[in-house]
Parts: sequence; structure tokens; C-alpha cells
Amino acid sequence: MLFFIALVCATFTLAGTAANAAETPTKLYGVITGSTDQPLSGVRVSIVGPDGFTAEVKTDARGAWEIAIPIKGTFSATINEGDLPSGQALTDPLKGTVKANVFMLGVDLRLLFPIGPGVAKASLLERSAQLIVDGLILGLIIALAALGLNLIFGTTGLTNFSHGEILTFGGLLTYYFSAIAKFPVLIAAPLAVLLSAFISGFLQDRYLWKPLRKRGTGLIAMLVVSIGFAIFLRYLFLFLFGGDTRQLPQYAGQAGLELGLVSITPKSILTTAIGIIFITSATLWLLRTRMGKASRAVADNPALASASGIDVQKVIQAVWILGAALAGYAGVIVTVNQGVSFLMGQDMLLLIFAAVTLGGLGTANGALVGSLIIGLFVQLSTLFIPTELKYVGALIVLILILIVRPQGILGRKERIG
Amino acid sequence: MQKPKSGGTEFASTTAQTPGSAKPDPILVADKIMRQFGGLTAVKVDHVEIQRGSITALIGPNGAGKTTFFNLLTGYDTPNSGTWSFNGKDLNGIPPHKVARLGMVRTFQLTKALYRLTVIENMLLGAREQKGESVLLSVFPWIWRAQEEAIRIRATAILKNFKLIEKQNDFAAALSGGQRKLLEMARALMVEPEMVMLDEPMAGVNPALKQSLLEHIKELRNEGKTVLFVEHDMDMVHEISDWVIVMAQGEIIAEGTPASVMGNRQVIEAYLGSHHNTDLTSEGA
Amino acid sequence: MDILFIIQQTLSATLGVNAIIFALAAIGLNMHFGYTGLLNFGQAGFLAIGAYSVAVPVISFGVPLWIAFLIGIFNSILFALLLGIPTLRLRADYLAIVTIAAAEIVRQIARSATFNEWLGGSDGITGKFGKDFFDLNPFKAGINTPILRFNGNDLWVVLTGWTLVALITSIMWIMVNSPWGRVMRAIREDEDAVRSLGKNVYLYKMQSLIIGGVIGSMGGFVYALSRQSVQPDNYGTALTFFAYTVLILGGAARVFAPIVGAMIFWFLIVFIEQVLRAGVTSNLIPDWLIGVNQVGQIRFMLMGLGLMLLMIFRPQGIFGDKKELTLDAKA
Repeated sequence: MLFFIALVCATFTLAGTAANAAETPTKLYGVITGSTDQPLSGVRVSIVGPDGFTAEVKTDARGAWEIAIPIKGTFSATINEGDLPSGQALTDPLKGTVKANVFMLGVDLRLLFPIGPGVAKASLLERSAQLIVDGLILGLIIALAALGLNLIFGTTGLTNFSHGEILTFGGLLTYYFSAIAKFPVLIAAPLAVLLSAFISGFLQDRYLWKPLRKRGTGLIAMLVVSIGFAIFLRYLFLFLFGGDTRQLPQYAGQAGLELGLVSITPKSILTTAIGIIFITSATLWLLRTRMGKASRAVADNPALASASGIDVQKVIQAVWILGAALAGYAGVIVTVNQGVSFLMGQDMLLLIFAAVTLGGLGTANGALVGSLIIGLFVQLSTLFIPTELKYVGALIVLILILIVRPQGILGRKERIG
Repeated sequence: MQKPKSGGTEFASTTAQTPGSAKPDPILVADKIMRQFGGLTAVKVDHVEIQRGSITALIGPNGAGKTTFFNLLTGYDTPNSGTWSFNGKDLNGIPPHKVARLGMVRTFQLTKALYRLTVIENMLLGAREQKGESVLLSVFPWIWRAQEEAIRIRATAILKNFKLIEKQNDFAAALSGGQRKLLEMARALMVEPEMVMLDEPMAGVNPALKQSLLEHIKELRNEGKTVLFVEHDMDMVHEISDWVIVMAQGEIIAEGTPASVMGNRQVIEAYLGSHHNTDLTSEGA
Repeated sequence: MDILFIIQQTLSATLGVNAIIFALAAIGLNMHFGYTGLLNFGQAGFLAIGAYSVAVPVISFGVPLWIAFLIGIFNSILFALLLGIPTLRLRADYLAIVTIAAAEIVRQIARSATFNEWLGGSDGITGKFGKDFFDLNPFKAGINTPILRFNGNDLWVVLTGWTLVALITSIMWIMVNSPWGRVMRAIREDEDAVRSLGKNVYLYKMQSLIIGGVIGSMGGFVYALSRQSVQPDNYGTALTFFAYTVLILGGAARVFAPIVGAMIFWFLIVFIEQVLRAGVTSNLIPDWLIGVNQVGQIRFMLMGLGLMLLMIFRPQGIFGDKKELTLDAKA
């Protein structure tokens, strides 16, 4: 991005002239991930190039491989499909070999092998079943974040563009406690969620949004502030954490259990189950408890709720804490199963917005319904479109929904104008 | 613009004082207009005709559906069923800006004076068929300058009439509530409408300005325009209206001269009934 | 610390290519948001379309560069229509989400392996597609003074770029001060009021979207030509948000604001980066705090923080009038 350009420019000028091309190490590299973005290790890639250049590399625990190349020319990299775990295969059998044209040394090239639930091996039914499970899990992750976003929008009117960063922070905390402080994940995760609730929820509302609301800052202004905040946090995370995607050392590379038509890892089952409990509790809280009902009242009509004696500020505080806890846990799920990177939140953000809009902005159940639909759609769409474009499908659905039925599936028509 | 065939005021004595009565020379006719929101019926008007060149008041308790009816007639809302026509032209499905161009201009209950435009800019905006408003022609000022000057002359004349000329270069936001109402009315006149629909023109206006507004409305009729306005101020209604239409719970319950309507039992009950409710809740709030 | 070097880098950046790109992106946004009140969060998409439209026809199909410019303008009009026709009826924050989604779709398709052959995938397109343009350069030596330094190619882009900016700004100034501009500003205030005066609001909003979008895509022209390269990840949502920062900094709804905003923005960015970098390399700032590679990240952090502070404390920007606040409390 801009940073890259500026860095290149700055390095260019600072160093005087470009480094001697012949001495610059150049590499071809890539990261091989599966249909749910989980890293695939131990997959061999063979490279053939000019002047009889050949080499073979294997992906590491992060699914990454790289090879240094000494000369310019056209190279081709072939993936060894036999090394792919069961349930994963090239989505297009013809794309098993990728060509790379190295026309200038000093410019590394990243190669992409599109992988999805096995085309060659699995039947349509098996693929669909796997994708449905993957989709529901993705839907759950989105729902955890979407519920909070929705409540915050309903009670304060803020369209929070930094919500994704709450996920990232939850994931980073989990990584810190697990990989660095060496706590077992079963302790690291709850700690991450609690800290998430406190820092990203309580503190954020108290010291950022509450003062702004008190000042009477307009909603669009707050929207833009949330954008600035998101950018600030994202690069803070990059600064503190680095740009790599990292896995938790514990349970890394766990094998999937074959349950009927689908393959699912034990950690995935556990994290998903806890997630379902979490979401159900949150929904019950909204429906049954006094504070929960008050939250819905405020989300529906803040002035009226206030006039009825509800302490709106307390409700908003509760909503932020709950929303941050849920989103933080979503970050935990992703980190435990796939790994964490500073961009994790940003990647999810549009999906979260899609889910909330689809379900109906401001309706509690809408967020859940929308999330499940988006999750399923994103995964099932890979049956028809290339895996790398699966988010595009969801985004197109978002746009279409907004055009055809802007209030969402469960929203009420009067809310939009 | 068609001159009223039988004068705007004379028709009152010869027209039946029943809801939906026929008028000698109607400019606006509506049939079977229905608007429902969910389970609630906001508007259910069987038949209504507005006499050309008259000042007709549309009154009724809060929530009677008056503003909704306005919105339906001017294209800001779509009825579930019904037809209506202006000067014989069917308005069903016509978007609000086209309705305005046909000659039916409305103002709004919550004044829409454009705050970050100056008073004179608000006025200039109202003029029709401005060459300078075309995206292509706007780039060549010499094409539209002359017309802009002519419009400005007309605008300043109206502003003088409405006693707003001193404020012409102030932002509309700087005007008082009553002055903004005047501005909205003045601006509507720039469109050179045949029919002016005023939604609560007196709301929030101080008594001194009220008289001024009343005079302006009478002037409109004298120029041959038709005025339909929604109001709660009964004195005003009595003072200037030629005809009164009463709505309650979405339906037209009475029509007639101001005097006859004020004494109408149904009308009194409709008001008393809602007043009754209003008192209770205002005590509890 | 080489003060003169810092000045040279900073001044060159203030007048340089990036300032031009952001000025164009922000001028487009000024039309959308500053004057018409449209929350277009997909401006990066227009820049991407402009950039790819310059590179792809020339490299893959041998089309002359000048025709490629026309293709770019055509494509951005098309994109604006695609965006606008269904969405201009929607409320502001819905439009924001749709436009972000649309720009993301453009970026995802641009970087996808599926269209690798024409669009270059995640590595983008690099090549001498600007040859016709750079051949016209009469200042191939560039300039090299102690306080200002541009190589030949950059100098040419800078000169033509600012000329373009000046031209566009002048035309925009005329339009904004015309009756057409008046309708736009009125739409920003209240669409229903404008409709009641007989104006077709939808049409005007569409015109605004198209004009602002085409100007944005010209930013893409400059971006692509200046580097002779198009990288899809450069056209992400961050680009749009920084364009907004530039716009707000200058003071939205002032015709010259985007230019000043862009220059000040890049002045600050590069100045801070140069100071930090010098501090790190000369060990004034310890290595454990900030590594050399991390200077760029700090820069982005500061940009994000800057946007927040700007919105909170001075939303009218440098030239804006607090009375005429574009982002007012009621919105």
C-alpha cells in the first residue's frame, strides 16, 4: 500500500541508488491455505526454471514456502496434490502448475494455488456437506461480532468501522497469553475474552465514545472517527505484532475427525460449541433479563426509553461490554483454528456489515439470521466460483439486498428513509 | 394558468356542505385514496374536490392523516389504492418533482428552509427552467447570466413583499422560525405554481408575522392561485378560508363554510374526543 | 540529522506525485460529499478503475495510451452508473456500505488469480505503458536542487499533474458557483425541499457521482503512470479514508481545499517519517522502541490518529467555516 510505496521511495533515495541487481536475493514464495483459510503444512512444491534450474520445497507449519532464485526468466511451480490433506484439493485441476515471469531481480513474486474442499476426490454431496459446516461456523463467527455491532448501532446510532479491530485484539491477546506467556489455551482464551470486554468494551465507550456523545458529535462525524480509530489500531497492531499470520503453538496442525461426510477438528468443535453457548446466552440475556430488555428498548427508541426511566448510559455501557466480549471471542475462535494477523478484523468487517444489513440494521435476531446466511453463502459459493472470489459473492449479495430490500430480512420498512 | 370559472369565494354559498361534495370548477379531484401502514389505516378518503381559486383549509385533530394526505397528493408517498388528478391530469405514480412542475407546490410542516444557503439563494433556487442548472451549460456562465439576473429581480421583488429583503444575504439558518416559514412560502412562489399547499404555515409563528402571512395567502388567491392549507389555528381558519374540510382518523367527516363546520357536532366531537385523550397523557408524562 | 535532506524530501513530497493523486481523489470526493452530501466510501474503486484502464489496454491489447485514457473515463462513468442507479435512493450510511463493498469487489477481482492473465493478479501490472506520455517530456534531466529534487519522469508527471488539477479545479469552481452548484448544495441540505421546487434530485446526484468519480479515476491515471505499475492492494479502503482525511483537512465544500489538504497531508506525512527515520538511524530513538522498518507503520498510526483528532476537534478543516459545517451535529 502507501507504506510500501513510500518505503520503496524512501529506501531508494536514502540508499542513493538501487542495490546492485545481481547481488539482490530474489524469491518465489507463497502460502498454501485450505478452504477455511487454515494453513496446510508439509505440502511439496517443485520449481523448474531456465538453465536447468530445479528445486523442491515443502510448506512449513504456517503453510508457507519459498525458494531463492538466482536468474531472470520464466519459472513454473507445481504443487504436489498428493500432499494435500483429505478434504482439500485444487479447485481447478489445471491450476496445479503456476508460471512466474521473473523479469527483474529484486522483486519477489508470490504465487497462488487455489485450494478448496476436494474437487477430484469428493462428491458434490460431500463437498456441499463440508461447505455447509464450514459456512455455519463462519456464520457463527460473524454473528458473534454482528450482534454487538447491531446493538451498538441500535443504542447509540454509531456505525462502528473499528469493530473488526475488537476481533483482532481478542485474537492477539489470545496469542500473547498462549504463545508468549505460555498459558494453556483453555486459560488464555477466557482471559482474552475478559480483557476484551474490559478494554475494548468498557474503556472504549467510557473514554472515547461517551465523551463524544456528550459533546453532541454528529453520527457521520463519529463514523469517520471510528474509521480513523480503526486505521490507528490496525497499524498499532502491525507495529506491535508484525505482519505475519501466526498460529498458536498449542493444538497447531490438529487432525480433523471424520464425522460422516465432513471433516472437523476437535478444537473447531469445542470453540464452536462454546460460541453457540455464548450467543445463546447473549440472546437470552436480551430477551429475558431486565437489562437486556432495557437494551432493546433503547435500541428501538432512545428518547422514549429514557423518558420511561431507563438509565440509557448504563444500557450503552452494558451493550459495549457485551458486544466487545462477543467480538473478542470471535477473534479467539479464528485464532485458535486459523491463526491471527493484524488484518484479521479488517477482513471480517465487510462480512459483518453484510450480515447486519442483510438481517436488518437494528434488529437483534436479524444479525443472527444475516450472519448465518452470509457464512453459508460465502462457503457454498465456492461450488460455483473460484475460492479466492468467495467474499466477492457475499459483497454482491449485500449490494443486491440493499437495493431490493434495504430494511433487511427482518427490518421494518420505516426505518430506512 | 386557468382563471377560475366561478370565483374562488362565490362557490361556497352554492355548494353542498357534505363530505366529498362536488365543486363547480375543481382543480384537484381525488377518489378512493387509501394508505395503510401495517395494520393501521392512516388515510381513507372516498372522494374530495378542491375548488379552483379558493382558499381551502384542511383541519382535524392530531393524527387525523392530514399531512399523510398531503404527501400522497404531492407524490411524496404512494397510496395503497386510489386515483387523483390535477387539472385533469392523472397524478398516480408521478414523482414529487414532476408534480411540482405541473403546478402543485407544497411546503412542509417542519420548515425546509435550506439552512446553509442564503435567503436569496433559497429564492433563486425556486425558479423554473433555469439554463444554468444544466450540468453542461453551467460551465459556460455567459449562457445563463442574463437569466439569473432576471430571476434575481423577481426574487428581490417577492422578498420585499415578504419583508425579508434586508436578510437576503444571510444564511437561512440565521432567520427566526417565523421568518423561515415566510421564506418557504416566498420560495414556493418562485416556482409560479397554480396551487399552493401549505402544511401548517402558522406553526411557531409570532402573532405579528401571522397577520403578514394571512395577507400573503389572501394575495395568492387574488392572483388566481388555489390555496390548500393544513392548520390548527381556528381563528386563522375562520378569518381567511372560503371552505373547510375536516379530517378525523383518516377520513373526511365534514365539509363546508367555516361557520357551518365550526358548529358541526361531529366535528366538535372529533376534536373533543382527541383533546380528551391528549389531556390525560399530558398529565401523566 | 541532515536537516537539508529532510527539507528536500518533504518539499518534494508536498509538491510531488502523491499530493497530486490525493488532490484528485479528494476533489472527486469534494463533489460527492462536500457539495452533494453523498457518502461515497468507494473512491478507491474509481482510482483502481482509472489505473487499470490505463495499464491493461496498452499492455495486453496494444491500445495507444491516449485511447486508454478515454477508456478509463468511460469505465469510470460506467462504474458510477452501476453504483448510482440502484443506490442513490438509499440513506447516507447505507450508501457508504454499498460503495465500500463495491470498491472491495473491484480490488478482489483485480487481484484474483482467475483474471491473472489480464489484470496481473495480486502482483498487479508493471510495464512501460506510459511510454507515449514520457516520450513527450522536455525535462528529462529532472531537477536537483538542495531543497527540491525530482527525477525526469517524476518532474513531467508533477508538471502535467498540477496542470490537470488546476484545470479541473477551475471548471469545478465555475460549476459550483452556478445554478447547478446551487441545486447540489441544496440537495445536500434537504432533498425533499429541492423536489418540491420541481428539480429531479436523482439526476443531479447521479451527475455528481459521475463527475466526482471521473475526477477520482484521473487520480488513478496519475498513480499508474507515475510508477508505471498498478498494484491492486494500493487501492484498498485505506486509500479512500485518507482521501477523506485530505478533504476534511482542507475543509470540505471549498473548491481549493482538497489541493491544500493534499499538500499539507503529504507534507506532514513525509516530514514526520523523515524525522523519525533520521532519529532511528542516528540512534536518537532507540532501536528497541522503533525499528527502521517500522517507521512506515508509525506513520499510518499517526494518520489514523490524525483523522480522529481532526473529526473531533476541527471538523471544518483549515478553510471551513464552522457555521457551514459539513459534518454537523444533527447529521
